[in-house]
Amino acid sequence: MAQIIVVTSGKGGVGKTTSSAAIGTGLALRGHKTVIVDFDVGLRNLDLIMGCERRVVYDFINVIHNEATLSQALIKDKRLDNLYVLAASQTRDKEALNKEGVARVIEELKKDFEYIICDSPAGIETGAHLAMYFADIAIVVTNPEVSSVRDSDRILGLLASKSQRAEKGEEPIKEHLLLTRYNPERVARGEMLSVDDVEEILSIGLLGVIPESQAVLKASNQGVPVILDDQSDAGQAYSDAVDRLLGKEVKHRFLEVQKKGLLQRLFGGRE
Amino acid sequence: MSIFDFLLARKKTNTASIAKERLQIIVAHERGSRGQPDYLPALQEELIAVIRKYVPIDQDQVQVALENQGTCSILELNITLPDR
Repeated sequence: MAQIIVVTSGKGGVGKTTSSAAIGTGLALRGHKTVIVDFDVGLRNLDLIMGCERRVVYDFINVIHNEATLSQALIKDKRLDNLYVLAASQTRDKEALNKEGVARVIEELKKDFEYIICDSPAGIETGAHLAMYFADIAIVVTNPEVSSVRDSDRILGLLASKSQRAEKGEEPIKEHLLLTRYNPERVARGEMLSVDDVEEILSIGLLGVIPESQAVLKASNQGVPVILDDQSDAGQAYSDAVDRLLGKEVKHRFLEVQKKGLLQRLFGGRE
Repeated sequence: MSIFDFLLARKKTNTASIAKERLQIIVAHERGSRGQPDYLPALQEELIAVIRKYVPIDQDQVQVALENQGTCSILELNITLPDR
């Protein structure tokens, strides 16, 4: 049975697309046939983060409006055989999405894929609503910062009331917290909300903590999902999060201040 | 950095705990009003204005809540009048 996972946050710029790309790639790396769907119509970026921007011919909106078939629009990843991307349209706006169309495409994807990752746009309008509507699992991406935490709480309210599962009175969407851009040094100095603080305020289970990392920008510069940089802290943290998503018990890493060695102290220790 | 700056820096307030406190309050408030109709805050304002014509009361002495019980909704008003 296919699982539909929405990656959402309310607030923009917290790492939804980076996380969608990393988690989708991580699931494919572990042998699960996965598709990542960009719901950010008009402002698509998943294609850039996945490094397939020059191979987009048809998009999600074309499929919804029967201007292309799903197999024409699905872009196969160059690195992994069982990973696909469905790009959003860059020229239309979010009103081009409709519930019936999205339902039909998702039904079709369910026949072929084990995991369908829905990369939600920011906000709470049509795009964000439809990205979460059909979900079984929600990954709420949050930064340790007041506006992001408040928006995440708002999104949790919508997940509990405005999804298909809520409307049909089925078992609610499983909610996971993914805390990104975490800086243990600043937390230690009392300048940043800690993991425990955010968990306590939002009261949902913690899927992972992704440290603020130079590797994320380096990866997006190259169009490589950061999880493929397995030497990096962020890559490893995403890898752990994917294992937890699949039910493994993995200890949280990168929560404490990394002690610098003598040489690192002397020479600044940059990667 | 001089020793004094260092000592001053250590005394700086913990801004993360301020953030946490503010968030706990606003999140609790917003959760409480989730699913309630948009007109409730305006209704509350107007009720306060009416009551103030007769009794001096504060903003927080009037509580308005809408509860749904099956097919009917109950509008609950809770007004605390000041001591005489």
